[in-house]
Amino acid sequence: MNIAVLTKQVADLVEGIEIDASGRAVDRDSIRYILSESDDHALEEALLLKERSQAHVEVFSLETGEVRDGLCTALAKGADRVVMILAGQETPPSNHAAARMFASVLKGLPFDLILTGVRAIDDLDGSVGGLLAGYLGLPYVGLVRKVELVDGAATVEKEYPGGFAAELGVKLPAVLGIQAAEQPPRYVPVTRLRQVMKTAQVEEQEAEPASEEPVSVERMYKPEEGAGAAMLSGSAEEIARQIVNLLSERRVTR
Amino acid sequence: MGVAQVPSIPETPGPLFPELASAEEKFRKCIQCGVCSGSCPMGEAMDYAPRKAVKMLLEGRFNEVVESNTPWLCVSCHTCAVRCPSQLAISDGLFPALRAAVMAEGKALDQDLQKALQNTYLYGNPMGISPKKRADWAKTAGVPVPIISQLRRPVDVLWIVECYPSFEPRGQEISKLLARILNALGVDFAILGHEERCLGDCEWLAGERGLFEMLIERNIEILGKYKFREIIMTDPHSYRTLLNIYPALGGRYKVKPVVQFLAERLDQLKPRLKKKLNTTATYHDSCCLGRKTNHYEEPRLLLRAIPGLKMVEMVQNRESSLCCGGGASTIYLDRFIQERMKDRLADRRVMQAAATGAGILAVACPFEPARFEDAVKLTGNEEKLVVRDIIELLAESMEVQ
Ligand code: SF4
Ligand code: SF4
Repeated sequence: MNIAVLTKQVADLVEGIEIDASGRAVDRDSIRYILSESDDHALEEALLLKERSQAHVEVFSLETGEVRDGLCTALAKGADRVVMILAGQETPPSNHAAARMFASVLKGLPFDLILTGVRAIDDLDGSVGGLLAGYLGLPYVGLVRKVELVDGAATVEKEYPGGFAAELGVKLPAVLGIQAAEQPPRYVPVTRLRQVMKTAQVEEQEAEPASEEPVSVERMYKPEEGAGAAMLSGSAEEIARQIVNLLSERRVTR
Repeated sequence: MGVAQVPSIPETPGPLFPELASAEEKFRKCIQCGVCSGSCPMGEAMDYAPRKAVKMLLEGRFNEVVESNTPWLCVSCHTCAVRCPSQLAISDGLFPALRAAVMAEGKALDQDLQKALQNTYLYGNPMGISPKKRADWAKTAGVPVPIISQLRRPVDVLWIVECYPSFEPRGQEISKLLARILNALGVDFAILGHEERCLGDCEWLAGERGLFEMLIERNIEILGKYKFREIIMTDPHSYRTLLNIYPALGGRYKVKPVVQFLAERLDQLKPRLKKKLNTTATYHDSCCLGRKTNHYEEPRLLLRAIPGLKMVEMVQNRESSLCCGGGASTIYLDRFIQERMKDRLADRRVMQAAATGAGILAVACPFEPARFEDAVKLTGNEEKLVVRDIIELLAESMEVQ
């Protein structure tokens, strides 16, 4: 059983994001990168599968942000091999381009399962997994929260709106978009992480260069404050009281 | 089977877990008197209370202790350590090592604890707030709170504010009051601002040695950039760590807790304590100011200096003070502990305070206002008892609020 986990680094929202002088992109210098949260869950699910069925886990990451750190963390957690995908461009690729790059690297490799986070903060429509499956001609299931392997096929649990879930059977190889792993992503003690960082072998592989993007960003901006918006201020307790008052004024509370 | 090898202790035990570098030899001094277990406020919930844990360590059964609930139930109150006739470092040595072993085995951690550790790794504080915002509280302090990197000159006093007093709402209010008190006393002080990071007490005691080392390296580097005569600290946990642990790793500073710094200026302070508070207070000795560093008198001196304020003592005071139950990262393990204890230590402590008849439970540790206030509500003492930091009481009497 060979599992590929596709990851990428995204901006850490805790540190805030600025728009650059062109007004058409995020200011790359202001960003601190962290592993995309649902990719972290995809990695965790892969590691759980490895523990249950001795799978071989390889982690691929696009060359944006602090990729090396992210890949070393994956090794420290138990991944068997990590690969950085060289994109040959400064700006992060669009979802289509990202899917094509992943496809160009994975094509022909003997993976039974390809797991990736179902979405990222810069891919809220969660299209990379599905596009990749399309390029590779493989089945795709998104919003997966559990994977079990049975005789060359997988049974996956998928979330639906309204609190529903379904169990689906999927023929392998397949691409899965992970919503959440069966358990929260594991912790890596810093000692182990630092050791791995000293000795880690991060392989590099070139992706097919992206063709020209058919969609371009004309303007990027922070949401404008609407006229009707009121900002609440004060201590947590004061704000809570104000919210209660506002709700009861509008008869939302009893 | 030979003697315990402490097999799960990760790699080369360094100076941080000195007891376990030669665990077998040191812990051989244990005379199995049971004073530790008898004194341990958490013993009833532990699978193996300290005496038993030490015995198992010596019998080569360290792994059984690692597998039990014991590692996460020590609140690092340090009672065992100060009472042990063989002076064995149970809270500082054995427990961090047990926790390090749990982590080294890759076992799942409690999610709140894991989040706090991850946040500290990424942002230098357990709350997960951008370090850029560390000095935000100072903007509304009403007095200048200089940041040392902007001053470009040596200062007399460097105030290390630490995480709770920088980010937690009540802590921020207390920090503003302290800034005003320092100002009123004409102290030449500055803070580190965005360069400040967690000093690592919780991380060390939680067994996250690598993270602790990383924080130490970074903090020693930052502190090395500036000139100051002494450091004052609002958080007793960090104070204790900077005082006792950093020197062995190359970080030597003249460091004091704020209560000591203020008590040394009592003559200056007294004429400014104008407003009578007309109430009775009882003081809770936090473990880090009390058993760990012996600051029993300064907080009481400060409280007694406040006009109109009468002091009463709880049954357990000074060396025998009862821990609030939040040390050594257990502040993140409340849920885990609650499932294993009949009543929380904070609740027990608040009941002791209420029994004195005092109207105020005075504290000098930033964990406590929130913890004890919660306990006051839970034990139904809301009408009787208010939790107040000594800084708040001083500021009220000085009318610098
Ligand atoms: S108090 Fe010290 S000597 Fe006594 S049992 Fe505990 S560890 Fe051993
Ligand atoms: S430090 Fe306190 S809680 Fe921990 S083992 Fe010793 S007495 Fe028990």
